[in-house]
Amino acid sequence: MEYEAVIGMEVHVELDTRSKVFCACSTDFHAEPNTNVCPICLGMPGTLPMLNREVVNKSVAVGLALNCTIARWSKMDRKNYFYPDLPKNYQISQYDLPLCHGGYLDIETEGGTRRIGITRAHMEEDPARNVHGMMGGGSGVDFNRSGVPLLEIVTEPDFRSAQQVYDYLAELKQILLYLGASDCNMEEGSLRAEANISVRPKGSERLGTKTEVKNVASFTQTMRAVEYEIKRQIRVLSEGGTIVQETRGWDAEKGISFSQRKKESAHDYRYFPEPDLAPVVVDEAWERRVRDALPELPAARRKRFREAHGLSAYDARVITATRGMADYFEAVVRVGADPKKAANWMMGDLQALCTETRVEVDACAVCPEDLAAMIGLIENGTISGKIAKEVLAAMFETGKHPKEIVEEKGLVQISDSSELEGIVQQVLDANPNQVEQFRSGKDQVKGYLMGQVMKASRGKANPKLASQILEKALRA
Amino acid sequence: MSAWHERRAHEIAGAVRTGAVSAVEVTRAFLERIDAVDGEVNAYTEVWRAEAEARAAAIDAKRDRGEALGALAGVPVALKALLCTTEGTTDCSSRMLKGFRSPYDATVVRRLRDADAVLPGKVNMDEFAMGSSTENSAIKKTRNPWNLDCVPGGSSGGSAASVAADECAFALGSDTGGSIRQPAALCGCVGVKPTYGRVSRYGLVAFASSLDQIGPLTKDVEDAALALNIICGRDPMDATSAAVPVPDFTASLTGEVKGLRIGLPKEYFTSQLGSEMREKVERAIAVLEEQGAETVEVSLPHTDHGVAVYYIISPAEASANLARFDGVRYGFRHPDAETVDDLYVLTKSDGFGTEVQRRIMLGTYVLSSGYYDAYYLKAQKVRALIRQDFDRAFAQCDVLVTPTSPTPAFRFGEKTDDPLEMYLSDIYTISANLAAIPGISVPCGLTSAGLPAGLQIMARHFDEATMLRVAHCYEQHRGFDPGKPPIARGAA
Repeated sequence: MEYEAVIGMEVHVELDTRSKVFCACSTDFHAEPNTNVCPICLGMPGTLPMLNREVVNKSVAVGLALNCTIARWSKMDRKNYFYPDLPKNYQISQYDLPLCHGGYLDIETEGGTRRIGITRAHMEEDPARNVHGMMGGGSGVDFNRSGVPLLEIVTEPDFRSAQQVYDYLAELKQILLYLGASDCNMEEGSLRAEANISVRPKGSERLGTKTEVKNVASFTQTMRAVEYEIKRQIRVLSEGGTIVQETRGWDAEKGISFSQRKKESAHDYRYFPEPDLAPVVVDEAWERRVRDALPELPAARRKRFREAHGLSAYDARVITATRGMADYFEAVVRVGADPKKAANWMMGDLQALCTETRVEVDACAVCPEDLAAMIGLIENGTISGKIAKEVLAAMFETGKHPKEIVEEKGLVQISDSSELEGIVQQVLDANPNQVEQFRSGKDQVKGYLMGQVMKASRGKANPKLASQILEKALRA
Repeated sequence: MSAWHERRAHEIAGAVRTGAVSAVEVTRAFLERIDAVDGEVNAYTEVWRAEAEARAAAIDAKRDRGEALGALAGVPVALKALLCTTEGTTDCSSRMLKGFRSPYDATVVRRLRDADAVLPGKVNMDEFAMGSSTENSAIKKTRNPWNLDCVPGGSSGGSAASVAADECAFALGSDTGGSIRQPAALCGCVGVKPTYGRVSRYGLVAFASSLDQIGPLTKDVEDAALALNIICGRDPMDATSAAVPVPDFTASLTGEVKGLRIGLPKEYFTSQLGSEMREKVERAIAVLEEQGAETVEVSLPHTDHGVAVYYIISPAEASANLARFDGVRYGFRHPDAETVDDLYVLTKSDGFGTEVQRRIMLGTYVLSSGYYDAYYLKAQKVRALIRQDFDRAFAQCDVLVTPTSPTPAFRFGEKTDDPLEMYLSDIYTISANLAAIPGISVPCGLTSAGLPAGLQIMARHFDEATMLRVAHCYEQHRGFDPGKPPIARGAA
């Protein structure tokens, strides 16, 4: 029997705000343990939460970017469960009236565009972090993370493959970065993806029993875990078994998922409205303010870069990978550089230099205007493409204008015919055997001789012109 | 001239401000008074002798420097044991928090300090404010100064007893279903539950967040107005505190009730009200009529459901509020726990008393999957109806006048075996919490057994001014001196 996978995603995003969701503490939870804490985020008796408006702002921005309806009136609820990392033993979250609902995100997949339904996105507080195996062997709790704002984004079961899940996560991450809503650092837990997976016979409308895969460290691992889980479920069903509803972990090293918690021990969270907080009222004016401040989102930008600048789909995707990179590209093009060439330089040499030194393109020493100027120098024949690589490296290191570097280093291309003729003659004189070989029909020797010309000119010979002169001299 | 510990807070503040008496002298008078009578009353769970004297000396020094003193200059204010203070402990009269020191001051405590009040210590209560007799305290048994064999009421029993026995100038308590007004009635003092949102709850260890409200227990209405002037107002630390302007409550005490319409809810004057209590309340209503107030019978048709609704909503909220007491971070931790689950079960089983455990179980049950709609959600709907009852009643009248408690102070142990009987002690006070309106209890006489009776006045949301005006007018014209309890007379 042929099976089809049905997958829905839940993603927890740590919102990038200065202070926590219900108190004034810093959200920097990498500080010394238990230093960014106060009576409120420690859940001390008598404390009360105050909702950070910036958390609502960022959540509304994400909701709008995901085409959600923003609730005019929503509320916070208490989700009750006991765990040492939860100082109040309830988490302030949103239950039946989330801030955002009913949206979608279009993702580009192998099979074309696919629309993923966004069921809801709601605000909540992050618990603290349990630390095990401390000195002395005990366990401790670091409350720096307690109260860091989270947005939980839940999709409809609209995925049919692990690759679609990957594409969705990549697109979502890019949007979050564009919005400045989160730093999306998966290793630090800023983005936590959970997949609800079931399989069913192809053509069936009924959903199979699902399992939930949690605690996966990267998008690639998430994709692998989902792939594994789909295969596992199909195997179980083909062998006549049944799927147990449960939470499963992922062992990245062994490449297998494993059972963590069966449904029987699932919690009754006893949600009820949080009496300590007023309802969250986002009126039209507030929503409009957030909407007006939204940046151009990645999909729109990719489209525009393809249509207005003639970039290929691939190039448009790479160039819009980050908002900074896309802004940089636009700045280069704005001062007159050819878009395709600008994209090539950015994706090639400049990106390589940046990767090597671990800086972002938009933060490197080469400003967009200088990159455009360098491209201009190639186009007007002042330098060759080859020399340009050297020039760019120097620009990257010193931050100097390309013209300055070209002059300082004497890198101006030799395009003077008589000067080139002299160099070519020297090379021919020094290589009589090769000249002989060429004349006896070995055309490929020309490449070697051309190399010698470039070497003799210390790379400055105008390649096109030099090639013509060499050809002419050899045929003479 | 009476001794300083017998004087009203407004008299003390006036005398300290003018220099007629030093704050130190006043404080010592109260500390001596505590020494003299608290061995019998047992109102205080801890007395901050040195801190209080040092604080008083600092206030005197401030005056000596020519600086203006606050409205509560040198006034000793006792604090219910669930108000967080950096001084001393905040144990909520529970084994769970015995010895617990709060890292911060409640907003009301900060406001008292800013007004130059002196804080002599913490007073007893029913554990986590759950109870109507203070018998649920894990710390001690507070007695009613009017009759040492009787309870002081609760949960703010220590607050009421300390005021009645002149062990403080006034006290702060908290009221979730009557916990200020009922003990005030039983101990013969004035007690105010302000409108929900009037006073910041920041630093009040929560029992039921949508019902809790801090308020004063005082020796007269003027002191209540003075205390409210200090503690009321929006607090950026409490999202439920209201940004409603706070009038000068003392200025509202005009003594004038002419033309004011007093509503008498018929559901409060049924056979459940003892004839002696009914007679006291009717006499009080007559006094207000003599002063020119009009009375009108009104109906609060959902009154009967008040106690049921209260005992669903308050335990539900409490079950979450008290979840944090788990032995992980602070307070009591059971020494025998080996696993985390053990730690929770053992700590809670040993740290909480029976009534607290009963309410946590009740609250957990009504919020459970499958029961939520039948209990919690339905209770919220009925709560809305109760609130609507009051809105309709206040279309016909300016204030409502009722008894505060169906009975005067009862004997120790009389109701401890029957929780339902105990719950009915708050039958007349619970609705004000559910409707979020203000209520005050004023002494309205002594029963034949020599126990105080209380008159309750309730008003519209944020209309404490009218409520206080009526209470004050009654107090001025009631035609008798409530006098001092035997304990006060005996030791004075």
